[in-house]
Amino acid sequence: MADITTSAPSVLTNRGRVRVNLRKDFIRNKYVYLMALPVVVFYVLFHYMPMYGAIISFKQFSPAQGIMGSPWVGFQHFSDFFQSFYFWRVLRNTVVISLSNLVWGFPAPILLALLLNEVRSSTFKRTVQSLTYIPYFISVVVIAGMIIDFTQTRGVINDVVASLGGQRVNMLQRPGHFVPLYVISEIWQQVGWGTIIYLAALTSIDPGLYEAATIDGANRAHKLWHITLPSIAPTIIILLILRMGNLMTVGYEKIILLYNPGIYETADVISTFVYRRGLIDLAWSYSTAVGLFNSVANFTFLLTANWISTRMKQTSLF
Amino acid sequence: MKYKATITGTTFDVINHALLVFVTVLTVYPLIHIAAASFSNGFRLMAHQGLIFWPQGFDLAAYRAVFRNRNIWTGYRNTLFMVGVGTALNVILTAMGAYVASRKNVFWQKPFMFMIIFTMFFQGGMIPLFLQVRALGLYNSLWSLILTFAISAFNLIIMRTYFQGIPDSLEESAKMDGANDFVVLFRIIMPVAKPVVATMVLFYGVTRWNGYFWAMVFIRNRALYPLALVLREILVMGTVSEMMGGSVTATDSEQIADSIKYATAMVATIPILCVYPFLQKYFVKGVMIGSLKG
Repeated sequence: MADITTSAPSVLTNRGRVRVNLRKDFIRNKYVYLMALPVVVFYVLFHYMPMYGAIISFKQFSPAQGIMGSPWVGFQHFSDFFQSFYFWRVLRNTVVISLSNLVWGFPAPILLALLLNEVRSSTFKRTVQSLTYIPYFISVVVIAGMIIDFTQTRGVINDVVASLGGQRVNMLQRPGHFVPLYVISEIWQQVGWGTIIYLAALTSIDPGLYEAATIDGANRAHKLWHITLPSIAPTIIILLILRMGNLMTVGYEKIILLYNPGIYETADVISTFVYRRGLIDLAWSYSTAVGLFNSVANFTFLLTANWISTRMKQTSLF
Repeated sequence: MKYKATITGTTFDVINHALLVFVTVLTVYPLIHIAAASFSNGFRLMAHQGLIFWPQGFDLAAYRAVFRNRNIWTGYRNTLFMVGVGTALNVILTAMGAYVASRKNVFWQKPFMFMIIFTMFFQGGMIPLFLQVRALGLYNSLWSLILTFAISAFNLIIMRTYFQGIPDSLEESAKMDGANDFVVLFRIIMPVAKPVVATMVLFYGVTRWNGYFWAMVFIRNRALYPLALVLREILVMGTVSEMMGGSVTATDSEQIADSIKYATAMVATIPILCVYPFLQKYFVKGVMIGSLKG
C-alpha cells in the first residue's frame, strides 16, 4: 500500500521565492496539471465528498433539509448502535468470518504453490495454473447461484452426502453451516489466483542453493524446509500482515446474495447491516454512523498493518 | 531442479501429481457441472442424482428459452455499454493519474499521490456514496456505475510503478521535438506499456462485467438492468418461471427451470472465459507489480 507519509518538498523559507517557484512549476508543468485535473475532480466527487457526507452520522439527516440543514444529534446514533442487540452480533460475525477466512484461506495458496513448485513438467504445471485461475474471474452472482443450487436439499452436495449415508439438509437454512460454506467457496475461488505471487517468489530462488544442497546430500524435504520456505518467508509475512489489515472487511457482496433472515445470527456482518438499515429501511444517519464505525476500525487496522510491514521491509532489506 | 530418481522421490512425485489433479478437478468440477446441466434434458436432469460430467440427454431447450428472454438481451446490451465505455474511461483516467503520479519535478506530485492513497485507507462509506451519487443526479442511470468507479487507486499504483520503470530517454527525446505531456503519454508511453494496459483492461473489464452490488443500489429502472442484475433474479431469487413467462408455458418452464438457470450462468460466463486466455500472459505481471508495491 506504498508509503503514505508525504513530506511536502521543502521549498524554503522565503515566501516570495516560494511564490515564484510555484509559478514556474505551474508554467513548466501546465500539461501535467491539466491531466491531473479530471483525476482530482473524480476523487473530490466520489471519495472526498462522501467523506464529508459521513458527518450525517452526527445529525438527523433528512434529504429535504440536506447535509448542512439537518439538525445535529451528537453521538446519538453511535450510542444507539453500541447499545443495541445488533452491535455484538454483527461485530462478532464480521470478525469470525474474516478470521476463519484468514486461518483457512491464507495457507491454501502457499500449499498449492509449493506443490506446483515440485512439478517438473512445465505443461502439467501450466495447465493446473490456468485451470485454477478461472474461478477468480467468475461473477459473484454466478457463484452464489451455484452455491444455492448445490447446497439445497436435492442439490448435488446433498446427493453425495446421502450416498455416503448422511442426512440431507438445506445448508443455507442452517446457521451453523454458513461460515464453512463461505470460507470453502472463497478458497475455491481464490486459491489458484493466490499462488501467482508465491510462484513468482519461488522462481526467484537461486538454483545454486539447491545444487549445493544436493551435493551435501540433502533430500527434497530438507530443501523444502531449509531453502524454499525461508526464501518465501518474507513474502508470506508481508501478505499475512496486509491481510490482517483487512480484518474488518468482509466480502459483503456474496453474503447479501446468500444469507436470509433465518441465518442472520451467523451471517449478518457490519456492511450487510449497513446496507439493510440504510438502503432498505432508509435509516440514513444511523446506517452512516455504523458504516463510519466500520471505516474507522478499518483505518486503524490498515495503518497498523502498513506500519508493521514498512518496518519489516526495511529490516529485511538490510 | 534435478533430483536423483529414488524410490521415495518417485512416490512423492506420484502423490504430488495425484494431489494436484485432485485439486484441479475439484476447482473445475462446478463449472463442468453447470456446462453439462445446461445442455441437459429438463426431465432427465431432475431425475438424476449425484455428480454430472456430461449432458443428461442432450437438449438445447434451455438455451432457446434463455435467448428468447428479452431481459437477457437488454441486460447484455446494458452490460456491453457499461463495460465498453466504463473500461475505456477507466484506462484513460488511470493512465493520466498514473502519469502525473510518476512525474519527478512536479511540485504537487506528492500531495496528489497522498490524495489517492488516502482513499485506500479511509472511505466515507456506502450510504454517503449513495447520497452523493443521487445528489449528482446520476441515480437510475448507467453513468452512475461508469463514473463512480472510474479509477481504482490500487490499479493506478500498479500502472504508476510500470511507468516509473520506463526509461526517461524515451519521453525526453519526444519533449525535445516539442511534444506536450498528452502526446508523450498517449503516443509514446502507452504503446510501450502494452502489458500493463492489457492487465488494466482485464481487471477493470472483469470487475465491471461481474459487479452487481452497486447496480442493485443505483439502478431502479428494469430496462437499465445490467446482465448481473438479471442473473441475480434468475439464479439467486429463483424467479425463472416468472422471467421466462412470455417465452415458455408454465409446465414447460417448471420442467426446464434448472437447466435454464445453468444456461443463464453459462451465457453470462462464456464471454469472460473467451477473453481470458488472450490476456493471461499479461496479468501475471500485473499481479506481481501490484503485490510487490501494494
